[in-house]
Amino acid sequence: MQYLLLIAMDEQAYAALPDDVAAENMAAYGKFWAEMDERGVMRGGERLRPTTDATCVQVRDGKVITADGPFAETKEQLGGYYLVDVADLDEALEVAAKIPGAQLGTIEVRPIWSM
Amino acid sequence: MSGPGPGGVPGGRVDEAVAVAYREEWGRIVATLIRVTGDWDLAEECAQDAFARAVERWPRDGVPRNPGAWLTTTARNVAIDRLRRAQSGRRKLEELAGIEERAMFAAPDDHRAEHESGIVDDRLRLVFTCCHPALALDAQVALTLREMVGLTTAEVARAFLVAEPTIAQRLVRAKRKIRNAGIPYRVPPRAVLPERVAAVLAVVYLLFNEGYSASDGDDLVRGALCDEAIRLCRTIAELMPDEPEVLGLLALMLLHDSRRAARVDAHGDIVLLEDQDRTQWDHDAIDAGLAALDRALALRDPGPYQVQAAIVACHARAPVPEATDWPQIAGLYGELARMTPSPVVELNRAVAIAMADGPGAGLARLEPLAASGVLTGYYLLPAARADLLRRAGRFGDAAVAYDEALGLVRTAPERRFLERRQAEVRAEVRAEDEERRPGRPRGGVDDPAA
Repeated sequence: MQYLLLIAMDEQAYAALPDDVAAENMAAYGKFWAEMDERGVMRGGERLRPTTDATCVQVRDGKVITADGPFAETKEQLGGYYLVDVADLDEALEVAAKIPGAQLGTIEVRPIWSM
Repeated sequence: MSGPGPGGVPGGRVDEAVAVAYREEWGRIVATLIRVTGDWDLAEECAQDAFARAVERWPRDGVPRNPGAWLTTTARNVAIDRLRRAQSGRRKLEELAGIEERAMFAAPDDHRAEHESGIVDDRLRLVFTCCHPALALDAQVALTLREMVGLTTAEVARAFLVAEPTIAQRLVRAKRKIRNAGIPYRVPPRAVLPERVAAVLAVVYLLFNEGYSASDGDDLVRGALCDEAIRLCRTIAELMPDEPEVLGLLALMLLHDSRRAARVDAHGDIVLLEDQDRTQWDHDAIDAGLAALDRALALRDPGPYQVQAAIVACHARAPVPEATDWPQIAGLYGELARMTPSPVVELNRAVAIAMADGPGAGLARLEPLAASGVLTGYYLLPAARADLLRRAGRFGDAAVAYDEALGLVRTAPERRFLERRQAEVRAEVRAEDEERRPGRPRGGVDDPAA
């Protein structure tokens, strides 16, 4: 089964991390990716630029409405994601708990709705 | 299929046989059908159908010698019919065909042998899935009662004082999440087993407490939750005989439940432990509880349920209140506070210390707890303080603390109890006043010098 693991965290707190901690964190992400890739569950994933670089688009009555910012103001923001292919929710939760971001933020585990 | 028993069974006996079979077999049948078909709704419907057929046929044909096998086979046949009509997968049908053989030849009560042989009882899969932490706690509770225990949606609703459509929707959503989110139907692997066992036990204990707190006596369904929780825990203990906390919780519930008849008087008022008629305690339940605790402790892996059971066991072993081993209880609360730190545990520990070393020692522990404010709004804190002040002979202070407790208490029996105590300490205060002012008229007059 495929799951999208969404990494939500306070991006301001994250940006304020000292350089050495941030570097350690990046190394941990690299290690996580390599481990999951070797295990054969990794299907993709990216880091996202902060919500200050986000733009929202809506189409209403045929008109495109563009606005600065994320679609919702929340305490934690989407900072990245992984797509994994695992046996079941238990394995997805186990993988999610290994994401370095789980230490600082929250991982939302969403099953892919196969059409 | 098992042969029918002697015909012409009296109607009452058949009803009883169906009721017993329902209690014993519902969870097992549902659990197996879920594993084979992967369809929770289908499993429930087929189990229901099998019992409906038993109600119809057993009075006519007699109660089968092995009702469990009869019901399993019947439910299986219903499932096969439905799957055939739905032209469903061939493997499911083959698996269903295999059930009959097992249902006929397996001794239905030999759970232990099954466990030891490595074949997992489907009911364990069911209970772990119902209590999966990815489900909301209220959904876990509703699912466990519906699928494992076999309560109807209406009964679950009554037990939790919630509208029936709410429970029905909760069940539908939970089953949908199990399917869509890919919650596996299995006993969790070793690495996560302790936390998952804890999740199951939390649901079982919640059921028990829900029943135990229903002291009004006007709702039998709620009271019956205690029996269901104990029965469920017993089943889990049979299926996982080496889990000490399962036995610990079983012991804890049995020991609490042994006092059921003595803890409320004829008016529905609470009778405190020290005032209970101990001959009214259920000594069979106490023996069973102590035996479960001994088995748990022999596994040498202590946990919070075992410690709590050991505390209740200290009371159960005391033939009179004065024989209670309070120093032991105070020590056990210390142990519990180490395992699961909480202000409520500290409160109980302070009371035990008061009983062991005198009210002064207990009050010395309560004061910082009260000052910290973590238990603000919790009526048992001022109630415990009031009781210790009363025992210390500080009746005026006790009366003030009882006032505070009465401002927070919610249920009627607890309120009546506090009011009784309040009246007692007020009477003591008056008596002291009179002693201090000999010859003065009753009620006294203003006398700033007094």
